[in-house]
Amino acid sequence: MTDVLRQPSLRHSNGVVSEPKIRVQNLNLWYGDSQALFDISIDIEPRRVSAFIGPSGCGKSTFIRTLNRMNDLIDGVRTTGTVAIDGEDIYAGAIDVVSLRRNVGMIFQKSNPFPKSVYENVAYGQRLLGLRERQVLDEVVERSLRQAALWEEVKDRLNEPALSLSGGQMQRLCIARALAVEPNILLMDEPSSALDPIATAKIEELLVELKQKYTIVIVTHNMQQAARVSDYTAFFYLGKLIEFDETRKIFTNPEKKQTEEYITGRFG
Amino acid sequence: MKRYLANGEIYIWLTGAFLGLSIIMIAGMLVLISVNGIAYFNPHPIDRFMVVEGGDSLNLLGQVYSSEEIPQEVIDAKGFDPTGESPMRYLVRVGNREVFGQDFVWINGPEIVAQERPPDAICMERSEYGNAYGFIQSLEAGPDRMVNNEVDAWDAFTTVHERVMTLVNQIRSIEKSDLGGLSYRMEEYRLEKVELDYDLEHQALDPQDYRRRTEEIAEELRGLDAEFETLQQAIDSLRALSEGYVVHLRIFGGEPGETVRIPVSSIVRSYKPNVMTMAEVAGFYASKTWEFLSDDPREANAEGGVFPAIFGTVMMVLIMTIAAVPFGVLSALYLREYAADGVMVRTVRIAVNNLAGVPSIVFGMFGLGFFVYFIGGGIDSLLYPERLPSPTYGTGGILWASLTLALLTVPVVIVATEEALAAIPRGMREGSLALGATKWETIRRVVLPSATPGIMTGAILAMARGAGEVAPLMITGVVKLATELPFDAHFPFFHLDRKFMHLGFHIYDVGFQTSNVEANIGMVYTTTLLLLAIILLLNLSAIIIRARLRRKYRLVGF
Repeated sequence: MTDVLRQPSLRHSNGVVSEPKIRVQNLNLWYGDSQALFDISIDIEPRRVSAFIGPSGCGKSTFIRTLNRMNDLIDGVRTTGTVAIDGEDIYAGAIDVVSLRRNVGMIFQKSNPFPKSVYENVAYGQRLLGLRERQVLDEVVERSLRQAALWEEVKDRLNEPALSLSGGQMQRLCIARALAVEPNILLMDEPSSALDPIATAKIEELLVELKQKYTIVIVTHNMQQAARVSDYTAFFYLGKLIEFDETRKIFTNPEKKQTEEYITGRFG
Repeated sequence: MKRYLANGEIYIWLTGAFLGLSIIMIAGMLVLISVNGIAYFNPHPIDRFMVVEGGDSLNLLGQVYSSEEIPQEVIDAKGFDPTGESPMRYLVRVGNREVFGQDFVWINGPEIVAQERPPDAICMERSEYGNAYGFIQSLEAGPDRMVNNEVDAWDAFTTVHERVMTLVNQIRSIEKSDLGGLSYRMEEYRLEKVELDYDLEHQALDPQDYRRRTEEIAEELRGLDAEFETLQQAIDSLRALSEGYVVHLRIFGGEPGETVRIPVSSIVRSYKPNVMTMAEVAGFYASKTWEFLSDDPREANAEGGVFPAIFGTVMMVLIMTIAAVPFGVLSALYLREYAADGVMVRTVRIAVNNLAGVPSIVFGMFGLGFFVYFIGGGIDSLLYPERLPSPTYGTGGILWASLTLALLTVPVVIVATEEALAAIPRGMREGSLALGATKWETIRRVVLPSATPGIMTGAILAMARGAGEVAPLMITGVVKLATELPFDAHFPFFHLDRKFMHLGFHIYDVGFQTSNVEANIGMVYTTTLLLLAIILLLNLSAIIIRARLRRKYRLVGF
């Protein structure tokens, strides 16, 4: 039984109290017989960047995938506990997983644009919803690409294959693609781990922009990135949530010893 | 030594050598087929031999087709001089089958006393009795008009022949399209009448309606008969114009000075091979090739063209591919994407792989039992009961033959599609699902388009395998000679219950089932060459399509 975590205050500096966007309570997850997540409880704030850090294999990716039920795709996965988004438990029986995944977008570690044109990649989500009018699609594509800070670079290449872009551009394309279906939450699983520093910097700038509109949860093994970009940070270790607090506090004055040891690089 | 082996260079040479051997064998086979196949169209020169056999001397005129060493028994029997070089004998086509009874004779080298190449020797290809060889003596150019001078006769003949040929072609086209259309409609009415009789007998029809309709049909038939008469008259008048021209040809090999009378209308082509110029030879090649590709066969498939077989082969391959590919792709989709991995799926996969190794004749028997008798018989009793016991779909036809071959090639498609689906990276599927697509939408919009190059590979392999199989076809719908094509201008245009001709079967038939084997060897080679060319063409177009798709979906597996 983990001791009660100190949750970050939901009272902002201007006095407004916000409801947590995602409220996870007592989440456990098993891959077959082996347990991967142990009694996780956490509140994710809306329109903030929350970063998950921790050594490899500690369960951060597994956890983030529970937030849009991508773990359902793996055989033998079992979960207990609740994950409530805007108050609704997404593991309840009546939930439409398809619209959940539209509302909770995901960016993967290895960018995965479809083997279609840039335009078609971004338009994919809206086409799924039945949108066919060329003009409206054009607007959606342009808006999403601008939000992802990619428009200027690809506006003349919309019909070229998406796979001909550079690594950083492809990742931003995936972000644009996710934004095109107008989600509320963006989950990013190590989005820049495969990118060079310049591309990484661009993505990080993007996050600062995006958090004005979207709730962002980012998994990263790069502590400095978490420190740069996030408002809240959670430290995971071996499937347990060790500490979750404002980033400033985690990195300057963490409460748990393990957190401190990880931050200072005693283990990794 | 060990180090030399470990170096690996020797294996480069070894593998290269075996590859070279394979290429040589394939190329050698292709060259053999091409050379012999093209030689079939060559206008062989006509030689005249004076042969002494026993005490008799004989004059023979004909084209030398091949030569070989005389077998020992013949040398002994004939008492030829066994010392020195092995004597050769020559296969000479002397033609004039209506006089001599056989097309070819063997002429033994040692028995030849004299041999020359007379410049005016003529070869005439005819619509019956094969070729005629000889010298033109005179031409009957109408009643009481004989051209007796050899030179004038040949000139007159060439003009007359052209005119007669036009008339003959006109007659043929009237017979084929107009008369053919008429008899088709007559047949339709006859079948309708049979159906009416049947319905009346089974009380499915009011007697009044029966009488009314039967009278209508009788009226129509009277009209058709009248049309038939008119067409027949037209044909008769054309025929009258084309008859009356007879060539007198002085031949060799029988009585000295013997002549034969050949009606000009029965002559398909005539030429003087000994004096043909290069241009004329090229023209000859072109004309023969065109005839081969577009004409119907003559003389029990030994002469003429193979157009119906080309048509039948291509149509069958297309139907087979249309049946096999969607079936195979959907099966593979289910196996790979939807079925839970377990004993069931693994068993099915093993079964599919083994199916690919079953001998094709077994598929033929299955096709006969299942498609022809069971399903075809069922269709007949359901939809065409009035025609029984004469079967419509309950007998072999192009539909059943194509479906049987489709079954044969489905395992190939399934395996290739499964490989293509497996090669698509998981990330692509997850990316689509994370955007709110269902599994089917992901398959339809992302997975299948990316897998298309691999699926096409499967389709190519299937086409190549299916186009070459002959055994299952023989029992499910291929015939030696089909009078109608399975696709024509009459509704419903596709007549899938008709029997058809097939190039592979044609090769077998021409090479082994005809009486005049020596004459046909050339045609066997040519038909083989044609079949190879068609398969190559089909594969090439599929490969080009696949290359285009690959460029579109590059960086994704296959």
